Amino acid sequence: MTPILSAKNVNIFYGDKQAVQNVNLDVQPGTVNALIGPSGCGKTTFLRAINRMHDLTPGARVSGQILLDGENIYAPGVDPVAMRRRVGMVFQKPNPFPTMSVFDNVVAGLKLAGMRNKDQLMAVAERSLKGAALWEEVRERLNTPATGLSGGQQQRLCIARALAVDPEILLMDEPTSALDPSSTAKIEELMTDLKKVTTIIIVTHNMHQAARVSDTTSFFLVGDLVEHGPTDQLFQSPRDERTEAYVTGRFG
Amino acid sequence: MSDPARRLPTRASMSSGSDRAFQYLILALASVIVLVFVVSLYLLGKDSWPALQRFGVEFFTQRTWNPVNGTFGAAAMITGTLVTSFAALIISVPLAIASALFVAEYAPKWLANPVGYLIELLAAIPSVVYGLWALFVIAPVLARWQITFFSPEYPERLALYTKCAGIWANDQTTLQCFFVPSSGAGRGLALAIIILTVMILPYTASVARDVIRLVPADQREAMYALGATKWEVISRAILPYARAGIMGGVILALGRALGETLAVAMVIGDSQDILKSLWGNASTMASVIANQFGDAQELLHRSSVVTLGFILFFVSVAVNLLARVLIGRLTPKGVK
Ligand SMILES: Nc1ncnc2c1ncn2[C@@H]1O[C@H](COP(=O)(O)OP(=O)(O)OP(=O)(O)O)[C@@H](O)[C@H]1O
Ligand SMILES: [Mg+2]
Repeated sequence: MTPILSAKNVNIFYGDKQAVQNVNLDVQPGTVNALIGPSGCGKTTFLRAINRMHDLTPGARVSGQILLDGENIYAPGVDPVAMRRRVGMVFQKPNPFPTMSVFDNVVAGLKLAGMRNKDQLMAVAERSLKGAALWEEVRERLNTPATGLSGGQQQRLCIARALAVDPEILLMDEPTSALDPSSTAKIEELMTDLKKVTTIIIVTHNMHQAARVSDTTSFFLVGDLVEHGPTDQLFQSPRDERTEAYVTGRFG
Repeated sequence: MSDPARRLPTRASMSSGSDRAFQYLILALASVIVLVFVVSLYLLGKDSWPALQRFGVEFFTQRTWNPVNGTFGAAAMITGTLVTSFAALIISVPLAIASALFVAEYAPKWLANPVGYLIELLAAIPSVVYGLWALFVIAPVLARWQITFFSPEYPERLALYTKCAGIWANDQTTLQCFFVPSSGAGRGLALAIIILTVMILPYTASVARDVIRLVPADQREAMYALGATKWEVISRAILPYARAGIMGGVILALGRALGETLAVAMVIGDSQDILKSLWGNASTMASVIANQFGDAQELLHRSSVVTLGFILFFVSVAVNLLARVLIGRLTPKGVK
């Protein structure tokens, strides 16, 4: 199978300081992929390279290639704005646009892409909210402020917002770390369904979460990708002793 | 049990006494502020009474202000205050937001800091300096253009002026004539608006810059991640998020414009006639207070001038209350 995403010799620097070294990684379409590792090991840094978020950080620099569907997103001439529409992102803290309604939040990306037709917007909003398992809870309050929702609902709204533009890849950076256990369980459940429509790369600190939701797991340590493989194998019979130390909790 | 370190610390009675003394002191100081407010309101009201009693509502609607025959109506100054303030506001707000965006979002650091500092410095310049600058620098520029309307070298402009002068003589104006200069002095309403625009710019600009910088990174990134250009991030994520704070800066500037006295009094031309031309002489409540308070000997004249102050006081309080309501409404709430 051809990978939907493939990182080749990726190095990431903040100024003179290197945060990620020489990462090579393939991600298959329709899978959930977890990035784990101790704090500060470069998970977020690597994740943000996948939608060129580092373009916005002064001093940050990425070398190597990241191929999305075989195309290098860092090739000269690639428009990062258009490219980001193909890669959705969900952040650690729910961050709906507070001055917009629930509906306007969901369709924000579609409006950026120029969609104006009300019926069309409504259809996509409904589909995305259903995809994020939020539709039943908000169908009666689509025009109320997004900030009236609970934290867990806000995070699912952010997932719906990302899904609305039909991304090929959905990046999630510790999407449940600010949520209570039942909201977390909802989002974990959701990920299994989302695999049918997109490919997920999720950063998580919670090893049980990684074990529960992901198909493959990548273990990072101080900027190195130490081990990458099927989740079961990585947790049960890791090849590298540092991975074993980490997943058995003797470390970090 | 007898470990001395474990005993509850006892409080020296002195310290609780000084606590109480401090509490009374604070209370007294706070009361003084309230008292000053109430007393000044009372005095303003008392001194305004003769004029309000004599003219009633007409004080607000009458446009004749004639100390010689003792008729006082403030319609022209109330209009003058509102027109200068809102016109200055309308011009300065887009400039202020643009400069705030430049400083906060576009300029490199080495340029952003000095530019931001310079804009703030505008607020530190004394009013009288603005007044002088307006009279000696801007007025001549305006005058050079204005006198072309009185010169045979520009027959069309002269004809227009002649037509408008006829209309003005009947105490009327038209939309077109409102924009035709009525004198070649450079001073007048337009100059007051220009100078007010510059004077209030730093208030909106520095508040806007600060609130724009405080917009959380994840709001910007959320918009970028959806495939937005920089301008789309600014217009759809940053400005909406910052709008309550920006509105606060706008109201601060409005308060400043409504009450600005000296610079306006120097440049506005001090005429209590109703506005007929944007370029004509006019007056504001504050400028009339400044220009006439010293000469106002008779009771009624004096009382009328104080009443202007009374009105200004209420307008300022109303603007502040309005600001609170607006800001409360616009503030994004409950981001969890
Ligand atoms: N904007 C930045 N400028 C400079 N250094 C940075 C920046 N962001 C991150 N770093 C550094 O890069 C390294 C990797 O950080 P990163 O945020 O990717 O770690 P992480 O694995 O996501 O950690 P956590 O689990 O705590 O979120 C860290 O040493 C961090 O200090
Ligand atoms: Mg992180």
